[in-house]
Amino acid sequence: MYHHRAFEVQLDEGSSLRYEAPTTTKEAAKLLAKEKGAAYLLAGGTDLLVRMKGDFIEPDLVVDIKRIASTQTIQKTATGFTVGASVPCVQVGRDKALGKAWPGVVEAAKLIGSDQVQGRCTMAGNMCNASPAADSVPALVAARAKAVVVGPNGKRSVPVEKMATGPGATTLKKGELVEAIKLPKQDSKSGDAYLRFTPRTEMDIAVCSAAVNLTLGAGGVVKKARIALGAVAPTVVIVPAAAKAIVGSKLDDTALEKLAKACEAACNPIDDKRGTAEFRTEVAGVLARRAAKIAYQRAGGK
Amino acid sequence: MAEAFDTSYTDQEFKVIGSRERRPDGLDKVTGRARYGADATAPGQLVGLILRSPHAHAKIKKIDTSKAEKLPGVKAVLTSADLPDLTNGNRGNFDILENCMARDRALYDGHAVAAVAAIDMETAKQALKLIKVTYKKLPHVTDVDEAMKDGAPIVHPHIKAADDQSKSTNLVNASTFGHGDTEAGFEQADFIVEESFKTEQTHQGYIEPHACLATVGADGQGELWVTTQGHFTFRSVCADLLGMDIAKLKVTSSEIGGGFGGKTHVWIEPVALALSRKTNLPVKMTMTRDEVFRATGPTASTSMDIKIGATKDGRITAATAHIRYQDGAFPGIWGMLGAMTAFACYDLENVQAVGYDVLVNRPKVAAYRAPSAPMAAFGVESCMDLMAEKVGMTPVDFRLKNAAKEGTKASYGPTYGPIGIGATLEAVKNHPHMRARLGKNQGRGMACGFWFNFGGQTCVDLNISTDGTVNLTVGTVDVGGARASMGMIAAEELGIPYEDIKVTVGDTNSLGHNDTTEGSRGTFSSGMATIFAARNAVEELRARAAQTWDIPLEDVGWEDGQAMPLGVKHNNLHPLSLKEIAKASPRTGGPIAGHNEVVADGAGVSFASHICDVEVDPETGSTKILRYTVVQDAGKAINPDYVEGQMQGAAAQGIGWALNEEYIYGADGRLENPGFLDYRIPVCSDLPMIDTQILEIPNPNHPYGIRGVGETSIVPPLAAIASAVSNAVGVRMTHTPMSPPRILKAVNEAKT
Amino acid sequence: MSGVHVSTTVNGDAVEFVCPPGETLLDVLRNRLGLIGAKEGCGTGDCGACSVTVDDQLVCSCLVLGAEVEGRAVGTVEGLSTNGELHPLQQQFIDNAALQCGICTPGFLVAAKALLDHNPSPSEEEIRYALAGNLCRCTGYDKIVRAVGSAAKDLAKEAKKSSKKKAK
Repeated sequence: MYHHRAFEVQLDEGSSLRYEAPTTTKEAAKLLAKEKGAAYLLAGGTDLLVRMKGDFIEPDLVVDIKRIASTQTIQKTATGFTVGASVPCVQVGRDKALGKAWPGVVEAAKLIGSDQVQGRCTMAGNMCNASPAADSVPALVAARAKAVVVGPNGKRSVPVEKMATGPGATTLKKGELVEAIKLPKQDSKSGDAYLRFTPRTEMDIAVCSAAVNLTLGAGGVVKKARIALGAVAPTVVIVPAAAKAIVGSKLDDTALEKLAKACEAACNPIDDKRGTAEFRTEVAGVLARRAAKIAYQRAGGK
Repeated sequence: MAEAFDTSYTDQEFKVIGSRERRPDGLDKVTGRARYGADATAPGQLVGLILRSPHAHAKIKKIDTSKAEKLPGVKAVLTSADLPDLTNGNRGNFDILENCMARDRALYDGHAVAAVAAIDMETAKQALKLIKVTYKKLPHVTDVDEAMKDGAPIVHPHIKAADDQSKSTNLVNASTFGHGDTEAGFEQADFIVEESFKTEQTHQGYIEPHACLATVGADGQGELWVTTQGHFTFRSVCADLLGMDIAKLKVTSSEIGGGFGGKTHVWIEPVALALSRKTNLPVKMTMTRDEVFRATGPTASTSMDIKIGATKDGRITAATAHIRYQDGAFPGIWGMLGAMTAFACYDLENVQAVGYDVLVNRPKVAAYRAPSAPMAAFGVESCMDLMAEKVGMTPVDFRLKNAAKEGTKASYGPTYGPIGIGATLEAVKNHPHMRARLGKNQGRGMACGFWFNFGGQTCVDLNISTDGTVNLTVGTVDVGGARASMGMIAAEELGIPYEDIKVTVGDTNSLGHNDTTEGSRGTFSSGMATIFAARNAVEELRARAAQTWDIPLEDVGWEDGQAMPLGVKHNNLHPLSLKEIAKASPRTGGPIAGHNEVVADGAGVSFASHICDVEVDPETGSTKILRYTVVQDAGKAINPDYVEGQMQGAAAQGIGWALNEEYIYGADGRLENPGFLDYRIPVCSDLPMIDTQILEIPNPNHPYGIRGVGETSIVPPLAAIASAVSNAVGVRMTHTPMSPPRILKAVNEAKT
Repeated sequence: MSGVHVSTTVNGDAVEFVCPPGETLLDVLRNRLGLIGAKEGCGTGDCGACSVTVDDQLVCSCLVLGAEVEGRAVGTVEGLSTNGELHPLQQQFIDNAALQCGICTPGFLVAAKALLDHNPSPSEEEIRYALAGNLCRCTGYDKIVRAVGSAAKDLAKEAKKSSKKKAK
C-alpha cells in the first residue's frame, strides 16, 4: 500500500517540476483538473522522458499512475479483457489467456521497443502518445478495443480509433486519464494478426503497419473482417474497402490483391526520414496481405 | 646508450605471441569500475554546456550574453571573444579553433556559438536559453555535387579556385594519383564498364559521447581528463589554441568508449579548458548524443564516377576514378586519401584516380576507420564485379588475375613488398562459404579492401620492480586491446610470464610525445617500441649479470627470462633469472629500466577479402545478412582474439554503412536524424555470427611481421553487399545505404 | 532547495537519496550514488548502455525517474559479482573477448543476466533478440553472443550441482 506523495523543488530560477504518485484515478483526475501549468501522465515513461530530455516539453506536473490499483492488472472478464493503463507490455506478452484470444494485439504490444522498453511501456501510453506509427494501436483498432477514460465527470468509453485526433493529440479533456483498455471477447473461428515494417530487425519505429482481425463462417469463408493500417496517415486508418474485398472469400489471390489495392488507396502517408510516401503505400498493401493470411490461419482457415 | 635496433622481420618461434591472453582491463570493464570520459569528478566542478547554431549557414551579427551572465549559478559565459586567435597563421589550427567555437559565421547546424559554465545542468540549460544570438541566415549547401556547381553558396570565401584566383570556390583540392596512359589503355580494352555511385554520410557511432573534465589554475597550468584517441595530440592542440605551455598541460586519457577515428580531434576540450580558465574551477563537459551527431566529425558523403577497361581474357587495361568527397565546413584530405586507396588492390599498367575535397555546410569531417577507402572501394569493387560478368569470369578469379603482388607498382605510388591480397583471394576461393547453397531471393557477393597502416612517433617506458614484476607504460591509447598485446610482446622479449607485466597508458607527463592511435598504428608502433624497450632492458639485465659474475658482457646471453653464462669456461655459473637480478638491483646499480623512442617506420599494408550472403524480400526491399566471412592478412596476430574482434567489428560497421546508416539533411540544411533511433546502426538481431580467417604474410619491416589490422575490414562490405543484393534480386545498387526503400525502388524499376 | 526523498535498495543495500523530481535514475546512480557502471550513451532509451533492473525487470535507467524507485529494488552491474567472485557472465565476457572498449559491457551484462534469469537456455536467436536493445559498435556482437551462450551453460552446471547438493 503506497501513500500519496507530493514533492516540490524550488530553484531560484528555472523549472519547478512536481511529481505526484496518486493511488486512485479520482485523485489523479483531480490533480490534472486543478493544474494550472503543463500536466503530463507518467506510466512507462518511454515517450515522456524522451520528450523531456529533448526539451520538447517542460512539464510543471508529472502524475505517475503506476500506484493506482485499478490500472495495474489484466483481467479476464465475461465480456473480454481489461488491460490496466500501467500494465507494461512485458506483462501483456506473458498473459497466456490474452495471447490465445488476441494474438495480434499481443504481438503488436510485444513489438514496441527493446526488452528494456518492454519492461516499462504500456498500450495505454502508446495510444495516448498518439504517434501515427504507434505499434499497438492498429491491432487494438482492428480488435474493436475501447479506452476507459476517467475524468472529473466520471467514466466514459472511447473506441481506440477515436482517441488520437492527430499526431501527438488526443480527445482527452483536461482532468481526464485513461484507466484501462477493454478488449471484447473474440468470436469463435476468429484470428487477428499484426505486421509492421522496420528497416532493422528491432529498435525502429514502424515505417508502416497493418492489423487484420477476421472471423470465418462455414467452409472457411471469411464472414467478418476489420483491417487497420498504421503510419500511413496522421492517425490509424480503418479500411472498410479492404474488409469488403475479402469477406465472402477464402483469401484467394484475387481477393488478396483487391485487399492490397484497397489498402494502398486508403494510405495518405508522408515522406520523412523513415520512409517515402511511395514506399509506405506499397508496403502497407504487402503487409495487409500477409497479415490477412496469418489471421486466417489463426482463425482455423486452410 | 642503446644501439639502433634492426626493425626487419625475423622468422621465429614464439612462446607468448599468438596466444589468447586475457586483457588487463577486462576486470574493471565487466565490474563497472573502469573510468571513461564522463566518470571523473572534481570538488567544486561546474557543468559546461555549449549553445549551438540552429542554422546551416548564418552570419553571427551579435551575441548578447548579459542576461545569461546575471543568472544565479552561472560562473562564466564564453564566446569566440574569449578565444583569441593565437594560431600565428597556422591555418589548420585556426580551422580547429573556428570549428570549436564559431567566430563570425555559423557554418553548419550544430556549430558551437557560445558556452556557459554553471553550478548544475539545470542552471546551465537555463543560461543557454538566455543567450541572445542575432543571426542573419545565409544560403547553404549540403550536397557535394551541388557545392561544386557555379553559383553554389561558398563556405569559405578565402579559398580560391586553382585556375582563377579571383573566384571563391568550395573545391579545396583535386589530388591525382596513378601512372601510365589511361586513354591508350581504354583503346586496348574489349570491354568497358562505366558507372557512377553515391555514398551517404555516416558517423563512427561510438557508444560513448565525448566528455572531459578540465581544470586550469590561476597559474596557467592545467589538467584535462578526456576520452580521446591521442592525449598527446590533444595536449599540443589545446595548448596551442589556448596559449599554454605544452608541458604544463597534463592530459590523462580515460578509458575510451569507442573512437574509430572520431576521437582523434578536439571538439569540446578547448572550450572546457577556456571555461575553466575563466572561472578557475574544474569544468565537466559531456556531449549529448544529439550533439555528437550534429557537431563532431562524421565521415564524408561522396559522389563518384568509375571506369574500367579490360581485354576479353580478363586483364584490366585501364582504370579511372573521379571521387568527390565533402569535407564538411573545413578543408581536409579525404579526397586525397580516397584517390590513393581506390585501386590499391590491383596491378594496373594504366591507372588514374582523382580525389576531390569539397566544402559544404556540414560538420567538419573526421577520420572514420580506413577513412575514404570504403567509398572508393564501393565504386571500384562494384565495377570489378560488373566487369567480371562481362568477361565471363567469377568475381574472385577476375580479381586474382589482376591482383597486386610483391613488386607491383601501386596505383598510389610505392612498390609493394610481400602483400596479402592474393592470399586472401585464394582463401576466399577455397572457403566453404563459397560452396554453400543459396535459396530463393538469396545472393552472394564478395569484395576486397585495402588500408595502409601508419607508424609515427612512439615512446615507451619499461620498469622492472625488485620482485621481478614489470611496469610497461605506453603512450598510445588502447582502443582494441592493445594493452594485452603490449604485455604479450614484453613477456615474449623478456621471457617472463604475461601475468608479471602491468601495462598502463601513461598520461602526458610521463612520456615523450606519442602520436594518436589511428591508422592502425597502435600495435605496430607501440609494439615496436615495446620490443626495443624490452631489448634495452635485457641489455641492462645482462650487464648486471656480467657484473655479478665478473665476466665480460659478450659472455652473457639471455634466454627464457634468464641471464645465461655462455661458453664452456663459465660452466660453473648458474643462470640468473630476471627475478634474481631484479632483487639484487638496489646493490648492483639501482632500478633497471628500458626505454624507447622511435618514429616507427615501415608499416605494412593490409588487405582483406570478404564474402557475404543476403536474402532480399522482393516485395519490401528488406535485406537480411545470412552469412558473413572475413579473410584478412594481419602480418602477425599478436592475440588472435583481438584481431578477430577488429575484423568482426569493422565488418559490422561496414554492414551498417551498406544497409541503413545515413545522415539525413532537410531542405533547411538541418540534420534530421541526430540519434540512435533514426541513425540506424546494426543491432544484435540484425547480424549473424561473423566468421574470420586470419592470414599471416609477415611485414618485412617489423621484427614480428606485424601489420595493422584495425581498419581494413570496413572497406569491403559496401561492395560485397551490393553484389550480394544484385545477385539476389537482379538489380545493381549504386547508392548507399541500400535501405529498403532504395532497393524496392530499384526492384520495381527493373520490372518495367 | 528541496527535492524528492527516496528510500530504496540498490544491489541489496538500503539506500536513501534526495533528487529533483525530473532527475533520471541514471543520473541518480551516477552522480549521487557513485555507481558509474551505467552509462549515458544516448539518454533516450535507444542504446541500452544505462540498463539496470528495477524489481528484477530490465529497464533503461535513463527512462526512469529517480522518484519512481521508492520502495523498489534496483540492480546494477556493480551488484553482479558476489564477494569478489565474478558472475559467470562476467567471466565469460573476459574469456571470450566479448568486450573491446567496454562502454556497452555493463549494459549487456545486466541485460544478459535478465535474459538468463527468465530463459536459462536461450537459442542464439533468442539471445540476439533479447539483447537487441543494447548497442555495441566495437564487436559486431559475435563474441558477446558466444559469451552469453557459454555463461548459460555454466549456470546450468551450477544449478545442477546445487540441486544435487540439495537432494543429498
